[in-house]
Amino acid sequence: MTAPLGTLTELREALDAGGVSSAELVEQALARGEAQQRRLGALVGTRAEAAREAAAAADARRARGELRSPLDGIPVALKDNISQAGAEVSCGSRILAGYVAPFDATVVERLDAAGAVVVARTNLDEFAMGSSTEHSAHGPTRNPWDPERSPGGSSGGSAAAVAAGIVPLALGSDTGGSIRQPAAFTGITGLKPTYGRVSRYGLVAYASSLDQIGPLAHGAADCAALLDAIAGPDPRDSTSLPTPAPPTLPELTGDVSGLVIGLPREYFVEEGVDPEVLAAVREAVAECERAGAKVREVSLPHARYAIATYYLIATAEASSNLSRFDGVRYGHRAECDGLTELYERTRSEGFGAEVKRRILLGTFVLSAGYYDAYYRKAQQARTLLRADFDAAFAGCDVIATPTAPETAFRIGEKSSDPLRMYLSDVYTVSANLAGLPGVSLPCGFAGGLPVGLQLLGRTLDEATPLRLADAYQRRTEHHRRRPPEAT
Amino acid sequence: MSRIGPGEVERIAKLARLRLEPAEAAAMAADLDAVLDYVEQLAELDTREVAPTSHVTALATPLREDRVAASLAPEVAVANAPAAEGSAFEVPPVLEGVEE
Repeated sequence: MTAPLGTLTELREALDAGGVSSAELVEQALARGEAQQRRLGALVGTRAEAAREAAAAADARRARGELRSPLDGIPVALKDNISQAGAEVSCGSRILAGYVAPFDATVVERLDAAGAVVVARTNLDEFAMGSSTEHSAHGPTRNPWDPERSPGGSSGGSAAAVAAGIVPLALGSDTGGSIRQPAAFTGITGLKPTYGRVSRYGLVAYASSLDQIGPLAHGAADCAALLDAIAGPDPRDSTSLPTPAPPTLPELTGDVSGLVIGLPREYFVEEGVDPEVLAAVREAVAECERAGAKVREVSLPHARYAIATYYLIATAEASSNLSRFDGVRYGHRAECDGLTELYERTRSEGFGAEVKRRILLGTFVLSAGYYDAYYRKAQQARTLLRADFDAAFAGCDVIATPTAPETAFRIGEKSSDPLRMYLSDVYTVSANLAGLPGVSLPCGFAGGLPVGLQLLGRTLDEATPLRLADAYQRRTEHHRRRPPEAT
Repeated sequence: MSRIGPGEVERIAKLARLRLEPAEAAAMAADLDAVLDYVEQLAELDTREVAPTSHVTALATPLREDRVAASLAPEVAVANAPAAEGSAFEVPPVLEGVEE
């Protein structure tokens, strides 16, 4: 059995010391991915030849002393909704069967410019709609800590690939928690950046006002390094923020003295959360206090409406975005005689049940007679929630919550009850609605499964929650624990 | 009280260009009804004076210079099409028969 790869920091040190080459790391990642595939189903494809070429080029740069970035020669994986020229991009859907992306997403261009080597594409819930990575045309992804359980979702393939040591770094996308909740379920660290911090050009859209690409890695410092490589304005995404993105890695000083952590009183109640999860989160906050941070209570009075608000807005946007999958320009086409029939049959054959459910809900809430009662009402609730965060951040620098109300659930446990599945995102959707950055990091274990702590920051301030996460990780070992190897 | 039934789901499906089997429509109606029941809690909020948020950041549409730049070549753009002729996407006849 091929050994798991280490963290970015460890691999970079090994490369710098000359103990290993990028070519060897890529071979190890490919072999590890293949060896774990039957057990975990984390990957939907590898790109061995291109990765070998890129690794050889990185090794040549290293020999010449011309390294491009801290990621040069490091294997990474991409969630299968991020476009890469020449790669099959399926979004976990039958409707994109055979589609080969003709262009690179901006994040892929930036990874190339940094010298990172994309070795594999990772599984996801179809079109990133889900919290379990069960709803994929490729089949489910399994949690490395317990293959009977879900790795979370929708970036479950990226999270499982990092947790299982297939790659040290991966990109995911987060619309309502799809980076943070899988990071929590698999015992790794994940960041959803501020909305607009990272270009969405080349990310297949689910809900455009909420979607954001972000890093998954073992620790906060590695997430910061990956964020720094991909963040910043992009003329090809008109919603990318024009503000320059200063590097966050140098901000991770380990010093959090005087930093104020806000605990929303609405989230620190015993209702609807596993008591062991809440206890681990409270203990993590206490550790941050011992590191010098201060703690105060804050209030997010409209947070209880966040799931309702999210599912109205996200599905409305999805129903519009997914109209492009019509069997005309790419992917699956049902053979028939009339154009309307072609649209209907292509879409009915190509989309899975959860995608259809969300398209139907979104179409309903945007339809005549319901728009004001549902869609507009949700947009107004979104304004109230943003105001809650503005008020809370007037009195604190970071807001701490559990990432998810429980540890990883069993595969199949929630798939017959969509509403119960949606409630899995109760702590994460608010950051998307308000556009705020959020980190999830491992803060303990309950019943042998990882527990996630979520740290939210102010708009454009990824550095502060990352600095707190990194300071916590300098003092604790949870992020160093690895899932058991299969016997 | 049921907020959405199979008939309404079939109407919505038509708008969304989806075709559902009767059993599928009934199951969807039950699922959507549960979600609509859950989101009903938003009715508690007094939002008479609250402006809607459609987007958290972009307050204005950014404009760029109108300059010619590289884009996908036509043959690349149609390369993924299930059916294409030259640089055009091919579809079944649009005007034949009655379109609703």
